[in-house]
Amino acid sequence: MTTPYQATPYQAYASPIPVQSTGLGHALRSEWTKIRTVRSTMWTLGVMLVLVIGIGLLVASLVSSHTPTGTPVLAFGFFGVLLGSLPVITLGVLVISSEYSTGMIRTTLTACPSRSRVLAAKAIVFALIAFVLSTLACLIVAGADAGMITGSGIPSPSGSQWLRATVGAGLYVALLGLLALAVGAMLRHSAGAITAMLGVVLLPLLLALFMATQSLATVRTKLIEYSVPNAIATLYGIPMLSTGPQGWTPLWILAGVTAVALAGALFVINKRDV
Amino acid sequence: MIELHGLTKRFGEKLAVDSLTFSVRPGMVTGFLGPNGAGKSTTMRLMLGLDRPTAGDVRIDGKHYQDLDEPLRYIGALLEAQARHPGRSAYNHLLCLAQSNRIPRARVAEVLDLVGLQAVAKKRTKGFSLGMGQRLGIAAALLGDPTILMFDEPVNGLDPEGIHWIRNLMKRLAAEGRTVFVSSHLMSEMALTADHLVVIGKGKLLADTTMAEFIRQNSRSFVRVRTPQPEQLRDALHGAGITAVTAADGSYEISGVTAARLGDLAAQHRIVLHELSPQQASLEEAFMQLTAETVEYHAHETPPPEPVAAEPVAEPAGAWGENWQQRGRGRSGEGG
Repeated sequence: MTTPYQATPYQAYASPIPVQSTGLGHALRSEWTKIRTVRSTMWTLGVMLVLVIGIGLLVASLVSSHTPTGTPVLAFGFFGVLLGSLPVITLGVLVISSEYSTGMIRTTLTACPSRSRVLAAKAIVFALIAFVLSTLACLIVAGADAGMITGSGIPSPSGSQWLRATVGAGLYVALLGLLALAVGAMLRHSAGAITAMLGVVLLPLLLALFMATQSLATVRTKLIEYSVPNAIATLYGIPMLSTGPQGWTPLWILAGVTAVALAGALFVINKRDV
Repeated sequence: MIELHGLTKRFGEKLAVDSLTFSVRPGMVTGFLGPNGAGKSTTMRLMLGLDRPTAGDVRIDGKHYQDLDEPLRYIGALLEAQARHPGRSAYNHLLCLAQSNRIPRARVAEVLDLVGLQAVAKKRTKGFSLGMGQRLGIAAALLGDPTILMFDEPVNGLDPEGIHWIRNLMKRLAAEGRTVFVSSHLMSEMALTADHLVVIGKGKLLADTTMAEFIRQNSRSFVRVRTPQPEQLRDALHGAGITAVTAADGSYEISGVTAARLGDLAAQHRIVLHELSPQQASLEEAFMQLTAETVEYHAHETPPPEPVAAEPVAEPAGAWGENWQQRGRGRSGEGG
């Protein structure tokens, strides 16, 4: 309504700018501004890049001067990715939990009352950034591995090995971050959610290490098979056990778990008071 | 226009908001008054869809908050000054809000200029003082040029210049035809800005009246007269056509007549006076009496000194202020 203002009492104010409906696109732009304007994003992603690329190149240079061991060439990117996933998890948690700890969430939700839209926008923006950057880092490391570790008897990596070591690893790291975001949305507490995610990533393998008894052998095997480090190792073609999920399967498992966690986050965020 | 209908919010055992029904009308400043813990902030969060009501609902221009297309264009809310990420600059804080509501980037600079924060626009808000934070919150509220503005305790932490500024701002916004809803626990503050008054205590509606009516009802001025010859005084007053109210302590409270006139009258009839004093009940006292029963956190056990001024206040006071000095209400939270 753009009727001119009249001097009658209680004439309702009308803004000159017409109101239109907003959608996910606006929420995405808003979340993009949010994520690029806090320092924690630069820090965590910077640390991720340093860990993945730094450790990857270091290992490649160490390995290149020794005789081959039969390990697939691209597999030496594993160590960097395992460590590099931890800062991505931290960022995933912070993307949502920092809103709760600072009270920003109330401002966010008054600007965009659709909580599902807010969560979706956060998840999409974060996952895209995490995927693009970690895939890029993995690509640099894989390129270095393929270029530096050469010689007789060393087979050059196949196409599927290339794909798993770059896009596969990148997707896996992004999904871990997304799972962290969902956990952060459910717990609403930075330290708690980060600790929970560290437990998810590290505990199964640690527990398995101390299950030496025969009676626990099955549990031990399952814990190792489905642990996060083993899943990353599997993507690089160096699984710890010959049983359990192989090839791309660990990625689909994590995708399923993340989808369930995101559904849970969606449910609680819509139900709770903020 | 904000309409609340039977709005109720229960946190576990505690009834924070108890079937509130009132409207906030455009073109005026509506003061939302109540002691600490009365449920003002909860009511405001319910209005904004941040908390889910246990029962009842709130409509903004006929719609629920979550059905508003560009909510910042309808309602600008200052909830708490700290509802922002301290690591983000003032400009970027406003920018991300603007983007989610399709508000042009130029408007961000405009509101920063309006609240006087343009010099620190690029600074992270971590170092902001309480007053600067409050101004940033107000900038966020004004961002969408909304028809309804909601301020929760806006003068908190502001210096006198800032308080003056916000008072004038609220009046100007209301004069432009907007709906202005402002909460406070200070009656004196409301008396200066509000046209309409909604008073709550323990989540219940205590008063919904115009400011002028509230003043008329509650800041009654009268003359207190004390005499050892009450019979003669009553006759003399009756003869002059003046009605007197007998107070609890036996003195007379007479309104509508000056103290000088009463003194002359007593002298004429040779009546001895022990007291002849004009009295004025302050709004602050009226408010305290109105909400006394519902104050959530009492500071001390001893009953307050005998009321200095008028004790018969507004009609609701009889209902809500009864036995307000009695202590030891149950901890059931329901109150009694």
